[in-house]
Amino acid sequence: MSVVFYVLAALTVAGALAAVLLKNTVHCALALTVAFAGLALLFLNLDAQFAGFAQILVYIGAVAILVVFAILLTKGSETPRDGVFSRTWLVGLVIAAGVFAVLSWAVINSVRVLPHETAVPQVTVLQIGNALVGRYVLPLEIVAVLLTAAMIGAVIVAMHEKVGHEKEGQK
Amino acid sequence: MIEKLDQIFVSLLHWLVSSLPATLQPLAGVLLSVVAIVCLFPALFALTTVFERKGLGRIQNRLGPNRIGPFGFFQPIADGIKSLTKEDIVPLSADAVVHFLAPVVLVVAVFMGFAVLPMGRHMVLVEMDAGLLFYFAMGASTELAVFMAGWSSRNKYSLLGAMRAVAQMISYEVILLLSSVTVVMMAGSLSLTKIVEAQSSYTWGFPHWYIFTPWGCAGFVMYAIAATAETNRSPFDLPEGESELVAGYHTEYSGFKFALFFLGEYLAMFSISGLGTTLFLGGWSAPFSFLTWIPSWTWFFSKLMLSIFVFIWLRGTLPRLRQDQLMNFAWKFVLPMCLLNLLVAGAWRFMGEGWPRWFVCSVILVAAYAGLGLSEMRKGKIGPRSYRYAE
Amino acid sequence: MTPLTGYLLVAALLFSIGLAGALVRRNAILVLIGIELMLNAANLNLIAFWRYGPHPELLTGMIFAIFSIAVAAAEAAVGLGLVIQIHRHAKTTDIDQMNRMKG
Repeated sequence: MSVVFYVLAALTVAGALAAVLLKNTVHCALALTVAFAGLALLFLNLDAQFAGFAQILVYIGAVAILVVFAILLTKGSETPRDGVFSRTWLVGLVIAAGVFAVLSWAVINSVRVLPHETAVPQVTVLQIGNALVGRYVLPLEIVAVLLTAAMIGAVIVAMHEKVGHEKEGQK
Repeated sequence: MIEKLDQIFVSLLHWLVSSLPATLQPLAGVLLSVVAIVCLFPALFALTTVFERKGLGRIQNRLGPNRIGPFGFFQPIADGIKSLTKEDIVPLSADAVVHFLAPVVLVVAVFMGFAVLPMGRHMVLVEMDAGLLFYFAMGASTELAVFMAGWSSRNKYSLLGAMRAVAQMISYEVILLLSSVTVVMMAGSLSLTKIVEAQSSYTWGFPHWYIFTPWGCAGFVMYAIAATAETNRSPFDLPEGESELVAGYHTEYSGFKFALFFLGEYLAMFSISGLGTTLFLGGWSAPFSFLTWIPSWTWFFSKLMLSIFVFIWLRGTLPRLRQDQLMNFAWKFVLPMCLLNLLVAGAWRFMGEGWPRWFVCSVILVAAYAGLGLSEMRKGKIGPRSYRYAE
Repeated sequence: MTPLTGYLLVAALLFSIGLAGALVRRNAILVLIGIELMLNAANLNLIAFWRYGPHPELLTGMIFAIFSIAVAAAEAAVGLGLVIQIHRHAKTTDIDQMNRMKG
């Protein structure tokens, strides 16, 4: 277990903890970006370069900015009057701790049956491209349709409904 | 002899590193190259600030700075001393940590982009299989830094400037990516060294640069538009327009942090011009086959400075675009042209050699440009004024 | 402890932090942040098993993770659009106050 892995894991977990614990929502979004960056570096550590760069490009370059825009459009930077944690926070924490306990017990107890380490896989972008349009062409096309539908759906959901409001005003 | 001049920096690096033990040599080589990049590009930045101010001055029928040094060329030294010794004012209600980190994140993300540019034959810092993807990943990180700067200042004008800048950068990022994807499709690789090598052959003395093909020319124009918008240069500089927003997202920065923003903007300009020359203008390859005796790195930097000159020229010539005009232009005009360009590039590849493919591709692109342009212009009719009274 | 175990434990920890965030916070956007963390933890799991699994040359794990990134981005877009529309209607993003079916 190398030092690099420990440092990156610590960075990612610290970012994730800050993202769920901080009071200011924009700070949470920025801490989430740190967590995303830590994860991208972990992917690079696992020799998955394409996945690591795609993670930076999509998550940090698009999803983090989307979250920040949504926070600013919903006045999320003001602290709510009832506090930031829900009334039932203890139950949520217990459930999350229980899930972590079960998962880590399952991982640690199956040490003997997990696959062994193999040599570093030499993955080129050409292989990924061939796989995407060869073996995985059906998921690729479905994801394309999904992304189009999500884009149209997000625009329609978040659009101003001028006609609807006028009709309600007349009633 | 020609090859020795061409590879002079590579041999210099090898000679400097050869005195170290073999295990430390790759690390030392990379560190020295990084130091070279970190020293060279800020020096170019200093030179470019003088060129810009004098160039803009001449375009606007006045002299630029001409008091400090011969013809004003020591102006960057004076500017550097000024920004280093100015007081660093941080607003009381500003978010201190984010306010401090924003210029740092910007400059780091921009410097990382230089790692994959091939500045000469065998002169890349990191030879990556997915080099172009790495470049765009670093470019996406700069948008977050811009937002951090604008939000942490707790200033309405900064926030407004930051939101405009981020919206503009995201829209034009899509166009940047799509015009680069055309080049990747034709070169068959995401690695920038392979893209340059695919353009460095000659037929009858003419180079195989992608700008000399119909889809490459259209792609280059769209890439140039997107590059001007990505770096917030005129005519897309509404986020930092002095008459609208004070100084946009870097209003509340003074002294060295402002110098870092300035440095970041110009370095982004260099980096994106470098990528443009690599993708469309043939990178380090010479324009004609009888000129290949001139070293490859001089060609790369000449093309880079030519692109910077075009940026300065555009800044002095064109008026600023309004935010909604800018977004309309991106999503309704340039993006459909980009997608059509992809189709045309595919048609180019499948039609085979000869003059028919030149004719067909050029006709499709020109007809689409005229059609989309006419339909966009027809919408902006100015009719009689209508009034809405407050009741 | 093998490297694979290390990565799986980090992924499990990230998953439970994301779950805690989704269950404990009041703001709807922070629930979405928690969901994004959970999706990222699953991606880390996929890539770790791809790397240390029996057949990395088949690229199954990496392609799965790439598709998961794409789907997560789409879901974040739609989810945030919904949050914005809810804010327009209820003037708040506090999910503890949205406990009635009547609009």
